[in-house]
Amino acid sequence: MLAHLVPRRSRGLAALALTVLALPLVLLNNYYYEVAILVGLNAIVCVGLNLLIGYAGQISLGHAGFFGLGAYASAILTARYGWPPLTAMLAATAGVAALAWLIGRPILRLRGHYLAMATLGMGIIISIVIATEDRLTGGPDGMSVPPLTLFGFALAGERLWYWVVGGALLVAVWLALNLVDSPHGRALRALHGSEIGAEVAGIDSASHKLRVFVISAVYAAIAGSLAAHYAGFITPAKVTFFHSIELVTMVVFGGMASTFGAVVGAAVLTTLPQALTVFKEYEMVVFGAVMMLTMIFMPNGLVPTLAARFTSRRPAP
Amino acid sequence: MSLLRVERLGKEFGGVRAVADLDFAIPGGTVFSIIGPNGAGKTTLLNLLTGVYVPSTGRIVLEERDLTGRAPYEFAACGIARTFQNLQLFFNMSALDNVMVGRYLHEHCSLPAALLRLPSLARAERAARAECEELMRFVGLAPYVAASSDAMPYGALKRLEIARALATRPRLLLLDEPAAGLNPTETLEIDALISKLAKSGMTVVLVEHNMRLVMGVSDHILVLDYGRQLAEGTAETVRRDPKVIEAYLGTGAAGDTAAAPGAR
Repeated sequence: MLAHLVPRRSRGLAALALTVLALPLVLLNNYYYEVAILVGLNAIVCVGLNLLIGYAGQISLGHAGFFGLGAYASAILTARYGWPPLTAMLAATAGVAALAWLIGRPILRLRGHYLAMATLGMGIIISIVIATEDRLTGGPDGMSVPPLTLFGFALAGERLWYWVVGGALLVAVWLALNLVDSPHGRALRALHGSEIGAEVAGIDSASHKLRVFVISAVYAAIAGSLAAHYAGFITPAKVTFFHSIELVTMVVFGGMASTFGAVVGAAVLTTLPQALTVFKEYEMVVFGAVMMLTMIFMPNGLVPTLAARFTSRRPAP
Repeated sequence: MSLLRVERLGKEFGGVRAVADLDFAIPGGTVFSIIGPNGAGKTTLLNLLTGVYVPSTGRIVLEERDLTGRAPYEFAACGIARTFQNLQLFFNMSALDNVMVGRYLHEHCSLPAALLRLPSLARAERAARAECEELMRFVGLAPYVAASSDAMPYGALKRLEIARALATRPRLLLLDEPAAGLNPTETLEIDALISKLAKSGMTVVLVEHNMRLVMGVSDHILVLDYGRQLAEGTAETVRRDPKVIEAYLGTGAAGDTAAAPGAR
């Protein structure tokens, strides 16, 4: 039974769990914890976004919008209406799922990259609304968010939040790995490979694309909600079009159609700007360069490229 | 009793009639071939019969069930599977996973079950894997069970697509030029595979240019020319039909039966 529980397919998840467990050994102060939490939150969004981009081959340029909606809905419902944080988080997630469904339903019937255009527009509208509806959102100044309470216990402090976000990331990765390795995941990869080939094999490609789009939006909304409660204060900075591009870059750099690639992409590209604070003004340039260089030198992304190199060096069995 | 019936079927592309006024029935358990010169509308007809194109006129009826206007995945769910002349495989997946995609209709798996990977799903996946490996051996792809699809030779890919189609457990299998681009040995292997399928009772619709293959395996042949039905019947009647000979070889050749399509 135990041997069945630790098959090959669970090794990646086990490695990630060990990393999450061991990381505090090198996190010397609260700042390091802060960066690690930021990595975890971005990784959750990227794991969801990778299901959409990497597996289903659909591009969203508006996931910062879903992230922002999750954050602001949680913030507004708890701060302005006094909802319990968990209820607010559920409501925010359900609302974002409904919005994604409404946007995706007409668009994903079409073949091609119409989703990118639609989500681009949606993301910009969301960021404008958040910045201008200052009575609700505090406008560009942002708003403060009450802490997340679990069983009457308020979660505060970097160390505690590290475990919350680490646990959420592991659950997010576990669910994504399961989905990918199921008939649903095969259907997604199939319609990415050949939409007509998938259709004649009995796969309703429009409904599969819609479902994975909603799932990826839910990932972003939950991460946004967690981010709002963790920081205790949110501004529209994380809801911008640029943040959507950052998220896509993380997925593409880490490796499309690789769940762990998404995590690695988020880790590298979240820590890089922190390490290179001198380049702060050139952050956009750095991300653009990373995207270009990835496309030119390793179009499959970091993790799949390294994995292929590693396996090809071994002698054939 | 016919399995599939087509009534006054037609398809226009911006005023150009690709196929028009087709009426025929495909009896169950037979090999039904569609032949005709290039541009005769064979592939268009196959696309109509699998829902890839929506007909401009007419009806497609599978065992008294009208499928006209349905989506390709609904045709597949009703038991119609096909291959493509220009492969429509999933080169981002392993060979076995390509075949496993064909099992999609028969693995009832809800989204929560997939996300949580319930034990019932793990069992169903193992069964599906075993069945698909068996199918790969059936079509002669035993050496490629563990292969990546983008590393397989063309002839093997043709058979991989047949395996995927078979994994849907079809009642009607449509093959669009399965021998196109194959060398003589591979063609013989495809020939043997189609005969094996026919013997197993599978109803096969075959679009093919290789006349030796068509004449050998077909119970019934439909000849198209300029999108219309030129002739229909057994291999022998079609082979002797002067109209068919004329369409293939031009006027004046009709007397020379030695040069008829069957002798090619």
